[in-house]
Amino acid sequence: MIGPIDLLSSRRGPDPASADGYREHPRRMGFFTDTSVCIGCKACEVACKEWNHVPEDGLEFTGMSYDNTKGLGADTWRHVKFIEQRKPLGRQEPGLSHQLVSPISFGGYRRLDGHGEPGPSRSAPNVAAPGGATAPGTATAGVGGPIDFRWLMASDVCKHCTDAGCLDVCPTGALFRTEFGTVVVQEDVCNGCGYCVPACPFGVLDKREEDGRIWKCTLCYDRLSNGDEPACAKTCPTSSIQFGELDELRERAGRRVQQLHDGGILDARLYLESPDDGVGGAGAFFLLLDEPEVYGLPPDPVVPTRDLPRMWKLVGAAAGALLAAGAASFAGAGRSAGRSSGAES
Amino acid sequence: MNETEVTREGLLHERPGREATTGVVAGRRRSREELMVEPARFQSYYGMPVINKPVWASPDIPGYFFLGGLAGASSVLGAGAHLTGRRSLARGGKVVAAGAISLSLVALVHDLGRPERFLNMLRVFKPTSPMSVGSWLLAAYGPAAIVAAGTEATGLFPAIGGGATAGAAVLGPAVAAYTAALISNTAVPAWHDGHREMPFVFVASSATAAGGAGLITSTLADNAPARRLAVAGGTAEVVLSRALEHRLHPDVRKAYHEGKAKKFLQAAELLTGTGIVGALAAGRRSRIIAAASGAALLAGSACERFGIFWAGHGSSMDPAATITPQRERLEARSSRAARPGGTGRG
Repeated sequence: MIGPIDLLSSRRGPDPASADGYREHPRRMGFFTDTSVCIGCKACEVACKEWNHVPEDGLEFTGMSYDNTKGLGADTWRHVKFIEQRKPLGRQEPGLSHQLVSPISFGGYRRLDGHGEPGPSRSAPNVAAPGGATAPGTATAGVGGPIDFRWLMASDVCKHCTDAGCLDVCPTGALFRTEFGTVVVQEDVCNGCGYCVPACPFGVLDKREEDGRIWKCTLCYDRLSNGDEPACAKTCPTSSIQFGELDELRERAGRRVQQLHDGGILDARLYLESPDDGVGGAGAFFLLLDEPEVYGLPPDPVVPTRDLPRMWKLVGAAAGALLAAGAASFAGAGRSAGRSSGAES
Repeated sequence: MNETEVTREGLLHERPGREATTGVVAGRRRSREELMVEPARFQSYYGMPVINKPVWASPDIPGYFFLGGLAGASSVLGAGAHLTGRRSLARGGKVVAAGAISLSLVALVHDLGRPERFLNMLRVFKPTSPMSVGSWLLAAYGPAAIVAAGTEATGLFPAIGGGATAGAAVLGPAVAAYTAALISNTAVPAWHDGHREMPFVFVASSATAAGGAGLITSTLADNAPARRLAVAGGTAEVVLSRALEHRLHPDVRKAYHEGKAKKFLQAAELLTGTGIVGALAAGRRSRIIAAASGAALLAGSACERFGIFWAGHGSSMDPAATITPQRERLEARSSRAARPGGTGRG
């Protein structure tokens, strides 16, 4: 079902289901992924694959961390990220008293681009974790002491944006807004044009090569329709993935950040919870313990369609300029007159 | 929602784990200052890209950008020649337009993951999707260009042919220009951040191509408009594509100066420059030099599109192209917010 499309505007406002044409609909549902309690078990990845019959996404060894899934795509709708950092987690005592050996470099930690130090390092600890383009030896007091260590784990997913770039650009109507305010691809309509893939500021959608169509998280549309919660949230053993009415989740997330701040974990911040951000707020938002880019998330994502009205105006001007230049090239009536025209744009 | 029935003590609807504050139970106290977030420097997740790279294939899609531009601008040239009685240029423009748009439709359908479903493009009309607008544009322009060429070649139905020629000339520039919105309306930094110049680069490149084709197909007596369009278009293409790059953030601009993009864009400038010089120097005296210049201009225009296409690919794979401009934007905003009230958040 395709709702009326507001000409040239990509903004949906607080109620995307109504903005996209539903007269009556349930409350907007979403995910709040609280990464502070994620233990990196990947049960969400497995549950998602099992429930949605998502095919294997490659059995590769990345060698960078416990993350061998790499990123969201056609065959990965939940992705657990692992980040090792030389930072304390709140006031935690990590119990690593091997002062001379870096807990990170001890395991032969190596960065993907090969800059990491491959063996045990005894003097200058090599901080090569993400969030660390830092040169060896720069880690000093406060954050990054020699025994400081924390693991960040985060389960990534489609953000089900309020202003969804994929939904805006889909030329077939295969991508649509559900009554729950989520964004879903109809696999019987998608013709695999691939426009939604680069239109997503988060790199969520991708083409399944053997099938030619685009696939992504449906927020378990089928389960929601039965009053059930999505498979990943259902299986999450620590409630890192919380499913519910978006308004309620936002309140809960606000309280949670306060709780963590009070506990001394000042790194805690919410990501994509605000309706004022570049995607109008997301249906799936996160509590992070570092900058978004450390988790591979864009720090200030903006839906590309926000600039489309300006682009259409410029396209009109450019088309007019081409027509004018064409006409001007016939202006010197003489058949062999060599007056060169400079009328282009 | 979000309750788990599998709890040992029957703690239904209660999730104590959710409230866990790891790291709070402390052996060691730290001051607040010590725990502050470090100042900004480039960070990413193991150097992995943030966005997914476009799945559009080469040569299908950059080839389509070139062919669509060639067709659209050739329709303008063909119609002008039709009106001013330049027979060879009129015929050339119309036939090139029809051929190019037919080929480009093949390329477009071939690039689909499910080519048998290409008609789904006409299921809806969405102004928020340049591809949807383009599909409808092509659905109107393609038949007009083909009818214009058919009537020109056979001499049949001249009135219908005139109407089709005029229709194709009006729609042609839109066909040449909309593809700029198509690639700019993505999260690919090298494309999106150049969205102000992209439409003008695309129509200039289209004029270059159509002028080049006109130089090949028309007689010396007829080729003056093609020559002028080619010289104006080629000059604008070189100047405007440099302006586009100039606007970009250095981390984004990089993509235009690396790998295939760099090679194609260097070739584009060289070929277009050569074509302009050739067309100006001897385009009106020698049919052979005119045709050779025309070929160079066509190749230059094609290289421009392939270069822009690969620059987009490159920047989609580079996390810095996505992250750095956004991080700087965020910091500029929070320092602006911090100045009056002091409530900026990092």
